[in-house]
Amino acid sequence: MSELAVQATGVGKVFNAGRPNQVDALTDVDLTVAPGEFVSLIGPSGCGKSTLLRLIADLLDTTTGELRVNGKAPRQARLDQDYGMAFQQAGLFEWRSVSKNIELPLELKGWDKAKRRARAQEMLELVKLPDRGDAMPWQLSGGQQQRIAIARALAAHPPLLLMDEPFGALDEMTREHMQAELLRICGETGTTVVFVTHSIPEAVYLSDRVVVMSPGPGRITHIVDVGLGRHRDDDTRETDGFYDKITEVREALRGSRVAGARGIEDR
Amino acid sequence: MRRLRPLWFGIAAFALLVVMWEVYRRWIGEWLDTRREVGSVLGFKLLPRSSELAMPAVGDMLDEFGKPEVRGSGTSVFEAVLAATFRSFTLALAALALGSLVGIGVAVLMARFKVVQRGLMPYLVISQTIPLIALAPLTVTWGGEITIFGFEWEKWTSAVVLGAFLSFFPIAVGALRGFNSPAASSIELMDSYAASWFQTWRKLRLPAALPYLTPAMRLAGSAAVFGVVVSEISVGLTDGVGYLILSYLQEGTSRPAKVFTAVMGTVVLGLLMAALVAAGDRYFSRNRPKEGIA
Repeated sequence: MSELAVQATGVGKVFNAGRPNQVDALTDVDLTVAPGEFVSLIGPSGCGKSTLLRLIADLLDTTTGELRVNGKAPRQARLDQDYGMAFQQAGLFEWRSVSKNIELPLELKGWDKAKRRARAQEMLELVKLPDRGDAMPWQLSGGQQQRIAIARALAAHPPLLLMDEPFGALDEMTREHMQAELLRICGETGTTVVFVTHSIPEAVYLSDRVVVMSPGPGRITHIVDVGLGRHRDDDTRETDGFYDKITEVREALRGSRVAGARGIEDR
Repeated sequence: MRRLRPLWFGIAAFALLVVMWEVYRRWIGEWLDTRREVGSVLGFKLLPRSSELAMPAVGDMLDEFGKPEVRGSGTSVFEAVLAATFRSFTLALAALALGSLVGIGVAVLMARFKVVQRGLMPYLVISQTIPLIALAPLTVTWGGEITIFGFEWEKWTSAVVLGAFLSFFPIAVGALRGFNSPAASSIELMDSYAASWFQTWRKLRLPAALPYLTPAMRLAGSAAVFGVVVSEISVGLTDGVGYLILSYLQEGTSRPAKVFTAVMGTVVLGLLMAALVAAGDRYFSRNRPKEGIA
């Protein structure tokens, strides 16, 4: 585990290079994520935070710079299933039972049935839905579906979890509850997380570090060390330290927005 | 029983049809025949006259089922129609199976290779504009000339191929839409697992296509029946129910009700096929949420 979970050096991504609709989605990104760390990417639309996540996941190729995931090339990390992924839409397959959804990555790895079953049950217990294995996804609430999506992402015990606004579609109460659950799960499993979000309180509550990004072209402008310690609960949300960090991130975002306003319309 | 409701509606609609038929042939049609000026607009006869030859009584049609097929023959019309309907049903099933296989195969290729989709789609559309009647005689000439893996091309092969030719199109179109229906994030999820294209197809695209395949199968089922029944007549396949209509029609003046027994055979054939497709849908979507795409 001495390898860095993510190591980006001068990473850039250009879409439609050389064509009239060329977009500089990311330029010159330097970022390291240590094992066990929780890092959030935050910024306005078009700042490249989702692009960065997809570069780490090898769903997109870097245009420039060097990117290592678990000390390997991103492609190798993907082939080795070194990471799990969760999206804004839980994206459970509606024709599979909850257990079968969790088993999906294991099936693709060629695990045998008994082993898959046991692991799915272990994951159901981890996300505190031990009796819902035989339910169909549409019988679950939005929050429960998102828990199953997290269970699926972690089923193969990957060291790294990549999340793209996973709680964006949930109501505020469920959302705060899921944040606490995610911290508990990551604490228990020692999983490293890279988390894309639009919400400042969510980023501060969850993260060891918040990476503030800005558009036009997409880049990192600030990295805020949260430093609220490992143990966080509902009371954390009411401490002065929490508010101070929210203010710090908000000001970093505002500063980046002024800087980013050159040449682009900002709404 | 709420589930049986459509069945009762179906029976009621059929009874209404029988009543309307009888009322028209008994009173309206004959009355019109005696009064030339009624029912005409500017000298055109809008309402058809009827006679015993054009509209036999429903009772007579039912009676026909009990009579021998030809004078002195041991088989009744009922047995003949049943045998012919069953024969056509097996051919239509074979046509649907072949059409599904080809349709899904084509859709897989089109979903996998965008080039194939762009190149093939116009030809698929054109293929459906060729009249079946024009193709049927052509396929018959293949008989005796084409042998596939030692398998001789016969007249029934033509009927099956023509039925499949009509039924593969809705399946290809429906399956292609279904294969391309998963959300981008679902595809990314499979990519993140480093799943192969085939694994993504098998675990994601194929099950996602099921709601799209149900209406496609319904269309393909009736297309297969239509294709087989029509090609029986065009290729001269004498043991199917389509050809039976043609041969019973020869006795239009002596036994006008007889042809309607064969027509009822084709109706039963269509209903059987629809029921089979519905049962298949019920089986495959048993674990799905009830509201889907219509």
